[in-house]
Amino acid sequence: MTTLINKKNVASYWQSFPLTLVLCLFLVFPIIVIGIVSFWDYNEYSIIPAFILDNYEFLLTSSVTWQAYLKTFEYAFLTLLLTLGIGFTVAYFLAFHIRSSAMQTILFLLCTVPFLTSNIIRMISWIPLLGRNGLVNSGLQSVGLIDQPLEFLLYSDFAIILAYVHLYTLFMVTPIFNSMMRIDHSLVEAAIDAGASPFQILKDVIIPLSKSGIIIGSIFVFTLVMGDFVTVKIMGGGIRANVAILIYNEISLLQYPAAAAGAMILLITVIMMLVILFRLVDIRKEL
Amino acid sequence: MNEKDSNPKTSTETKTGVTRRDLIKGVAGASAVALGSGAITGFPMVWAQNIKNITLRQFGTGVSNLNAIAEKCKEDLGFNLQLTSLDSDSVTQRAVTQPKSYDIADIEYWICKKVFPSGVMQPLDVSRLKNYDKISPLFINGKLTPDSTIAQGTAPHTVGFVEEKGSKNFAKSPTNWMTLIPTIYNADTLGVRPDLVGRPITQWSDIMDPAFKGKTSILNIPAIGIMDAAMICESMGVIKYGDKGNMTRQEIDTTMKVLMDAKRAGQFRAFWKSFDESVNLMASGEVVIQSMWSPAVAAVRSRGIPCVYQPLKEGYRAWGGGLGLASHLSGLELDAAYEYIDWYLSGWVGAYLNRQGYYSAAPETSKAFMSDDEWGFWIEGKEAKGDILSPSGDVMEKAGATRDGGSYWDRMGKVACWNSVMDENKYMVRKWNEFIVS
Repeated sequence: MTTLINKKNVASYWQSFPLTLVLCLFLVFPIIVIGIVSFWDYNEYSIIPAFILDNYEFLLTSSVTWQAYLKTFEYAFLTLLLTLGIGFTVAYFLAFHIRSSAMQTILFLLCTVPFLTSNIIRMISWIPLLGRNGLVNSGLQSVGLIDQPLEFLLYSDFAIILAYVHLYTLFMVTPIFNSMMRIDHSLVEAAIDAGASPFQILKDVIIPLSKSGIIIGSIFVFTLVMGDFVTVKIMGGGIRANVAILIYNEISLLQYPAAAAGAMILLITVIMMLVILFRLVDIRKEL
Repeated sequence: MNEKDSNPKTSTETKTGVTRRDLIKGVAGASAVALGSGAITGFPMVWAQNIKNITLRQFGTGVSNLNAIAEKCKEDLGFNLQLTSLDSDSVTQRAVTQPKSYDIADIEYWICKKVFPSGVMQPLDVSRLKNYDKISPLFINGKLTPDSTIAQGTAPHTVGFVEEKGSKNFAKSPTNWMTLIPTIYNADTLGVRPDLVGRPITQWSDIMDPAFKGKTSILNIPAIGIMDAAMICESMGVIKYGDKGNMTRQEIDTTMKVLMDAKRAGQFRAFWKSFDESVNLMASGEVVIQSMWSPAVAAVRSRGIPCVYQPLKEGYRAWGGGLGLASHLSGLELDAAYEYIDWYLSGWVGAYLNRQGYYSAAPETSKAFMSDDEWGFWIEGKEAKGDILSPSGDVMEKAGATRDGGSYWDRMGKVACWNSVMDENKYMVRKWNEFIVS
């Protein structure tokens, strides 16, 4: 009996071996290295193998870190909220209002068209639109709605969130659409027959049944925003900062150990948030 | 190269066809085949032919890593120069972390102060350079003229020499071993949009004028930004530094507080890190006054938008760059690198750089490659007699224009400080990060 189980186990271990190897080599090993380096010392031009806690001590006691985390969470949650609102609406429309499945596919593919260009290009294209003398400001001024250009449009939190929503909404649409497509329409009909209002159908039938999609989408958006520095750098005009910008600055100034410590703390934070999200839904069961 | 691989029969045939004149003319194809087959070993031109196969990899900032230089190098010296241009921080990073990825580092002196002690570069034997004595004394003893005072900060001559071959410690006075051979330098100041500021700009503190609220920018490269900030703070009368280029923690705190207060009050529109960013900010009118580099001002002007590289009462913040050798370089490549560096100082490149608004480290050799009018405009600060053309042939200034800030001696003589790396660099960078996040 035991030998039989062992034999079976050995076979499945062999099957999972290639993937394990790849993950160890490209995920676990680099993280361990970053972890080790985060305890090293450094000067202007070299990193010094020594065990010090100074990197973490400075990181965790500095008000800069806390401010940056606050800002990062602000970006992440606002983006999450907006992409969820838009993404859910789009997915709902595609899944329940478009009747033919051919049309559904066409419209869904249409959503992905912007993703044929690089996300930096999509981001930069906002700049001439939002600038002080940009299209939006000159348009509003010429119709007489404002007489001073709106300054908050560019190089601001507004611009950053706008770019995030633009870039990441599709990551919300796809999983939600996917889980909505698997909702049995007879459930909705049954709810109507039982006298449920449209709002009740949404609240008690559709949202609970699309929960896995919502959570998966949230995980995508959240992790993407937490680790992003390009959007903040470009749309914030270098004047705004989140945690990833701090790490990016440290790397560009050769302060690898400090950057490694920052990366470790960010990793831990993101994992903690993911654990909370996974609590809300049993992904394995839902898939 | 491909022809080398072709079948040996062809090469024996070519052998008979190769004449001395073909080789001298540099018909690379035919001779490379002959050389590849080993047919003409011992021929006096072997060295000159071998050198054609050499490629020197050079990297540095966008200011001097220009394709025109690589092309001219190929034409004059026969070997290939492969250029990579990066921003200042990436240059520092690459120099230290990937020393095998380059042969020649085109870096600035403040970067050299960080990079050289890490041992990735070898000092240059100046006795091998024919043009060594043409280098401006500014890089040898720090003085533009015998009676000028040495500016604050990391002045190039302080990190220009090491005691001996293989040493990593900077020498106090000139020796036979140089860390970088200086090539290019300039005096930086604020860039201004005269059509939008509406008043004369005369001093560094003008950037903090509340009238320009939300319309100013400074650069976000800490080692350079802190020097601009120091010029601003001193001009505002907030602080008088012992040495701007080597501040105490207290001085750093005071400086950064001024910046942070200004940021909170909404004085800045954005911070820039690369050349293009600064050009776009200025050309689009997002900012009207900002720290800027001379060619960026020229780039804005070339779009037909007025922009002035404003000389200011407190003087300039200067920087200098030079060419250094990677420590792995040896043999024929090393010989080629020496030849290249000597060629760099021999005038053509100097003239090219002068025409871009920078200064050549060997002024007298570059003079021979410029017209009297060009020399008068760029170096002597005289009124241009004819149109002044950029190196690529576009009209940069109309006849009758004079250069912002006047002559070479006026500008370089008013340098208040050099870009620098301080003893408290680590602390300064932390404070700078705090400023960006605040």
